Amino acid sequence: MKIVIINYGAGNIKSIQFAFKRLGFEALLTNNPDEIKAADKVIFPGVGEASSAMQKLKESGLDRLIPQLKQPVLGICLGMQLMCKSTEEGHTKGLGIFDVDVKRFSNTVKVPQMGWNTINNLQSDLFKDIKTNEFMYLVHSFYAEQCQEAIATTTYEVEYASALQKDNFYGVQFHPEKSSLAGEQILRNFINL
Amino acid sequence: MLTKRIIPCLDIKNGRTVKGVNFVNLRDAGDPVELAKQYAVKGADELVFLDISATLEGRKTMIEMVLKVAEQVNIPFTVGGGISSVEDVDVLLKSGADKISVNSSAVKRPELVNELSSKFGSQCVVVAIDAKQVNGQWKVHLAGGSIPTELDLFDWAKEVETRGAGEILFTSMNNDGTKNGFANQALAKLSETVNIPIIASGGAGTIQHFTDTFKVGNADAALAASVFHFGEIEIKDLKEELKQEGVSVRI
Repeated sequence: MKIVIINYGAGNIKSIQFAFKRLGFEALLTNNPDEIKAADKVIFPGVGEASSAMQKLKESGLDRLIPQLKQPVLGICLGMQLMCKSTEEGHTKGLGIFDVDVKRFSNTVKVPQMGWNTINNLQSDLFKDIKTNEFMYLVHSFYAEQCQEAIATTTYEVEYASALQKDNFYGVQFHPEKSSLAGEQILRNFINL
Repeated sequence: MLTKRIIPCLDIKNGRTVKGVNFVNLRDAGDPVELAKQYAVKGADELVFLDISATLEGRKTMIEMVLKVAEQVNIPFTVGGGISSVEDVDVLLKSGADKISVNSSAVKRPELVNELSSKFGSQCVVVAIDAKQVNGQWKVHLAGGSIPTELDLFDWAKEVETRGAGEILFTSMNNDGTKNGFANQALAKLSETVNIPIIASGGAGTIQHFTDTFKVGNADAALAASVFHFGEIEIKDLKEELKQEGVSVRI
């Protein structure tokens, strides 16, 4: 099993690598297109600001590579948001893998949403052995709207898509690598896809 | 529903926890990694590590500790204490810290908050504020509360929010160490003043104090040290009771 974590200079990726290590897998941090293409599983992480992250993807040509990947790809947090059509953050055009736009929470709630919230309406093997209403750790100011490709929803101000899937592409808004045992189960499920 | 967070805080000096911890079944109560793992199992939602080392050697040890915690603990954690530059933060985040907190250094040079949030994102920038109520005015204090400033708590909170802070950790010096409850009035006013999450700190003594700080103080999270370290309050019991009181928690 060859797992790679796409390293394009966006945020803290060490904790994802450590999470796989706790599961007994070495995940390689790389931005090398050949390494990424050859992997069995690809993690597309992201923490930080959307437009500068997108810029970094473009500089390395990863914006063209990622949508062409054939193996299971898991976008986490900003990684998932960048896989959408567009995001209001920095008026950024995304990779367009998921047919949904990313909006900002309004100021009727505290922004960012920070902490543990539940995931519901689970509809994928990614959530095998995960019970509905399981808690996941989230930190985000922007969210993907409820849509056809949603495989989990979470409610904060509105009910939004907290996980997405299209073909071999998966995205989660929450941080499985920081979500205790249930989060580890989701990473294990991804490895087993 | 987004739940209220319970956050144990560990003081670290030269890579070891200080102030003492009194856990049963713990091989080494001074080992922060061991403790962090225990707290994660016990149901803590997040952890805060405060580095009180005064030496360069102590800082280096702290980085090693952060790496080990990130390697072994599956819940988020914040690192604070002695952080004053983009470089300081860079090395901590690269070592696996989820968030960092700045305090005195931000008061001395407020642009630091802008620099950190634009480089690393607001989500990982916690601004810790120590304040004391003097003649009805909440004044910000520096260097662990030892140096008073003329800065007003609410003005400063608003300013750091504008500069890109993702969260505020407010410690009331009037309440800290008293075990008489959190500064709920000031906390409630803070929540009205800013639109980012607020962590309540200082004064935890009983389970009721936590209920009050969530219900009356509108806090998003509550931080405490000794009541957890000495087993006076078990996180499991705390959360069960909060739930019964109608406070949404992760159990």
